[in-house]
Amino acid sequence: MESSREEILRSLRAAQSSPAVLPEVADVGIRYPDAREQFAKSVSEVAGRCVFVGDRRRLDEELERLPEFAAAQKIVSLVPGVHRANVDLAAVADAHDLNDVDFCVLPGELGVAENGAVWVRQGGSPHRAAWFLAQHTALVLSGSAIVHNMHQAYERLEIGGPGFALFVSGPSKTADIEQALVIGAQGPRSCTVLVIEE
Amino acid sequence: MRATHEAHLPPAQGTDAAVQPPPQTPVPMNGAPAHPQHSLHTSSAQQHEHPAKAAAFVANDARLHWHDQAVWFIRAKRDRVSSAFPEWEQLRALGSQIKAHTLSRLADYLEHFEKKAVSLGAQVHWALSAEEHNRVVHSILASRGVRRVVKSKSMLTEECHLNPYLESHGIEVVDTDLGERIVQLRREPPSHIVMPAIHLKKEEIGQLFHQQLGAPAGLSDPKALTELARQHLREKFLGAQAGITGVNFAISETGGFVVCTNEGNADLSTALPPLHIACMGIEKIIPRAKDLAIFLRVLARSATGQPITSYTSHFHGPRPGGELHIVIVDNGRSRILQRDEYRRSLHCIRCGACMNTCPVYRRSGGHSYGVTVPGPIGSVLAPHLNPAAHASLPFASTLCGSCSDVCPVKIDLHHQLLVWRGELGRAHLVPIEKRVGSAIGGWILARTWAYRFFGKLMRSLLRRLPRALVYHRWNAWGRQRELPDAPRYSFREIYRRRRGK
Repeated sequence: MESSREEILRSLRAAQSSPAVLPEVADVGIRYPDAREQFAKSVSEVAGRCVFVGDRRRLDEELERLPEFAAAQKIVSLVPGVHRANVDLAAVADAHDLNDVDFCVLPGELGVAENGAVWVRQGGSPHRAAWFLAQHTALVLSGSAIVHNMHQAYERLEIGGPGFALFVSGPSKTADIEQALVIGAQGPRSCTVLVIEE
Repeated sequence: MRATHEAHLPPAQGTDAAVQPPPQTPVPMNGAPAHPQHSLHTSSAQQHEHPAKAAAFVANDARLHWHDQAVWFIRAKRDRVSSAFPEWEQLRALGSQIKAHTLSRLADYLEHFEKKAVSLGAQVHWALSAEEHNRVVHSILASRGVRRVVKSKSMLTEECHLNPYLESHGIEVVDTDLGERIVQLRREPPSHIVMPAIHLKKEEIGQLFHQQLGAPAGLSDPKALTELARQHLREKFLGAQAGITGVNFAISETGGFVVCTNEGNADLSTALPPLHIACMGIEKIIPRAKDLAIFLRVLARSATGQPITSYTSHFHGPRPGGELHIVIVDNGRSRILQRDEYRRSLHCIRCGACMNTCPVYRRSGGHSYGVTVPGPIGSVLAPHLNPAAHASLPFASTLCGSCSDVCPVKIDLHHQLLVWRGELGRAHLVPIEKRVGSAIGGWILARTWAYRFFGKLMRSLLRRLPRALVYHRWNAWGRQRELPDAPRYSFREIYRRRRGK
């Protein structure tokens, strides 16, 4: 008997229309006079916070200035040099134990000015549950890694190897109840992007 | 859904969904929840489905206007953000071309996607129908002894009625998008694909949470209600043995897929339990990763006026030590692909913009359509599965064309609605009043002399006839409306007189 797979593929081939051309997708996206400035504006529009840090060595100091970080007890950081980070994900056996993480610092690989999105890739790091269970998050991004629009982003990113990656644009939010915007739906209640200017 | 939402935004973006099946039990707007059974039967009485259900909705005038405004508000936001980009129309054109191309080689792209997904460690399943989809999902869960499942927004699983199926097999399914959880607790279907609970007032949600989640009586602050749901849902995430998500885009080139949410619920659903099942319609495929730029730029902006959803997650293969299953579902879509005049409806990326702009949707509510995907796109898709059951839907439109204008992938929605009307009429699936009225109208409009004669006759009669002869049971239009005063002269008469002078 024909499997569902064969039947679907056969009926799709029978139904196929005459070939339509796949358009080349050039960078048709908007350019801003100042991509960094637009990025900061976009981050605030998606209910995030953008902080420019002049020197990577001042990262810890800038983090401590965030009230959410200052109050945090249990801190995960995938960015080196965060001295108060005290949860080693590699040492955690079960991701469910990360439910009480207060703060998670993640490395951003690329930022997009048009929508405030930051690309974060899991790579070999375990327990991405921590990224979403954490009450608050910060993303650390190099200022030179900000592009104008999504076309430029996908030109630069390598999509396809095994693993998880995502664009994060602001904190977890919802407007499901009478369209009132509420920050902190099920995931992080805040999202601060620290842009290292170098 | 995944959700998308504004800087100010709502919930999640609708994931998939397409054609839907069976009408659902009508749901009262407030008050007793309807029960969840979805019946598949069709009867001639259901030919009047949309008008009858819409009548119940419009009976509450204040609520009707509240709903209209709430939905229009999102349309207005969509206008603001889309007009900020000079390339908006170019993005729509490119999105439409990419979809048209993909549909012309859909089998090849699906096969390539499968090959790449398998090479990344995913297991791929195919389902011809909603029933087969449900059986496949259940057998994956059952063979691993799963009793508790969390699900992020997936209109496809709504379309297939997966929840009742799994529940009937003793599996707890928790919808984790806030809006979906709200309607699930009320045991009613979503009324909008992006904002499932857009038809509810915060006081009703407060009462629901009071009854079912232990909220204090009288709580109606959205922030407090959301916080309560947060605690409730986080417990569910932590207790789940499997997570089910929809798919916004499946990338043929890489074998991966993208899920968009605002709440992060798809991420929590898949980062904790070891088993992830992703359900997608066959039309979710796009050729290349870089095509995502086009679709992600228009999806959330069209859906809620947000520049992008909070989380746009790219899954390539299972988590280390975990399992990933991808279920590819046809459920009537290949039949749509066979029809030249309807093929473009498969471009749909489930943004919901056509609903938000539709004057009929806004004033009749999502539940009046009786299908998982309401509004213009739902009215185009539903009759494919069961023309008799959904014959009223293509008439739930003014044919104003606003849906086609806002569609980010350029589906000719209002045109397809018109084509359906003709097809349903020829199949004798249209009520007698409409058939007779259309036949008379068509005969008159095809004859200049008849048009002039009857125009003149009616201008005169309408001013003289007793009310009962004008507003009667055959005049559906006049049920809630007053005809304007009949003009003394036709446009043609006025025009000729002016030119003559």
